[in-house]
Amino acid sequence: MEFDNEMNIIMDSNSRNEAFARVSVMSFVSQLDPTMADITDIKTSVSEAVTNAIIHGYNNEKGKVYLKCGYKDNNVYIEIKDDGVGINNIKEAMEPLYTSKPEMERSGMGFTVMQTFMDSLEVISEEGNGTIVKMIKKISRS
Amino acid sequence: MLVQSFLEDRNLVIKIEGDIDHHTSEEIREKIDRDYFREKAKNIVFELSSVSFMDSSGIGMLIGRYKNIEKQGGQVAICNVSENIERIFNMSGLQKIIKCYTTLDEALKEI
Repeated sequence: MEFDNEMNIIMDSNSRNEAFARVSVMSFVSQLDPTMADITDIKTSVSEAVTNAIIHGYNNEKGKVYLKCGYKDNNVYIEIKDDGVGINNIKEAMEPLYTSKPEMERSGMGFTVMQTFMDSLEVISEEGNGTIVKMIKKISRS
Repeated sequence: MLVQSFLEDRNLVIKIEGDIDHHTSEEIREKIDRDYFREKAKNIVFELSSVSFMDSSGIGMLIGRYKNIEKQGGQVAICNVSENIERIFNMSGLQKIIKCYTTLDEALKEI
C-alpha cells in the first residue's frame, strides 16, 4: 500500500525497547493530531505486540523486532514482525486469558487488548517461521 | 518508573510512578515481594494516581500479587486509578477480583 507517510524501525528484542517502540509510534502518529484515547489505544497495542515478540517469539533470547508504521488519510497501519519460534495454534493463542507462560504471571490478555483497542487485527504465523501482527486503527482527530 | 512503599498499620502502601509494562513489572514485582515480607505486612494497597501507562503485563503483575497475598491470608486493594490506565483497567475486569477505591484513605479504612 502507498502510505501518506511511513516509518520503519528494527530493534533488538530487549524489553527496554517496549517503551521505545510505543513512544516512537505515538510520536509518529501524533502528526495526525489524534485524540488522547486513540493514542493510548495504539500505544497499548504496540506494547502488547512487541512484548509478545520478545517473550514468546524469541523466548527472551536475542533477535530482531521489526516495527513498521504508516498512515493513509485517517487510518494508521502498524506491523510488528519477529523471526522467532512462531505460533503453533493461532486460534488458541488469541483466546482471552490463554497464556503459554503462566509461571511468568502473564495475564493472557495481549491479543484481546489488541483486538479491543484496534479496529482490525491480523496475526500471521507458522511454527518455526516467526510471527507478523498487523493492526489498523482509524483515528478521530482531536 | 519509581516504586515507593510505606507501612500504615499492617497495610503496605505501594505507590507506582511511570509506566508499567513487561520490562518494569518485573522490577516492581521484586520490590513489592521483598518489602511485603521485610515489613511483615498483611495487606497491600496500590496507589496508582501517577501511573502514566499500563498494558496487560501490569494486569498480570497485579493479579500475581493478589494471588500471593491471598495465600498469606491478606487482602489487596487498589486506589486512585489514573485516567491513563482506566481503559485497560475496565477492559480487564480487574475490579471484579480486586477492590478499587477512589482515595487512599477510603482504601485503608475499608481493607
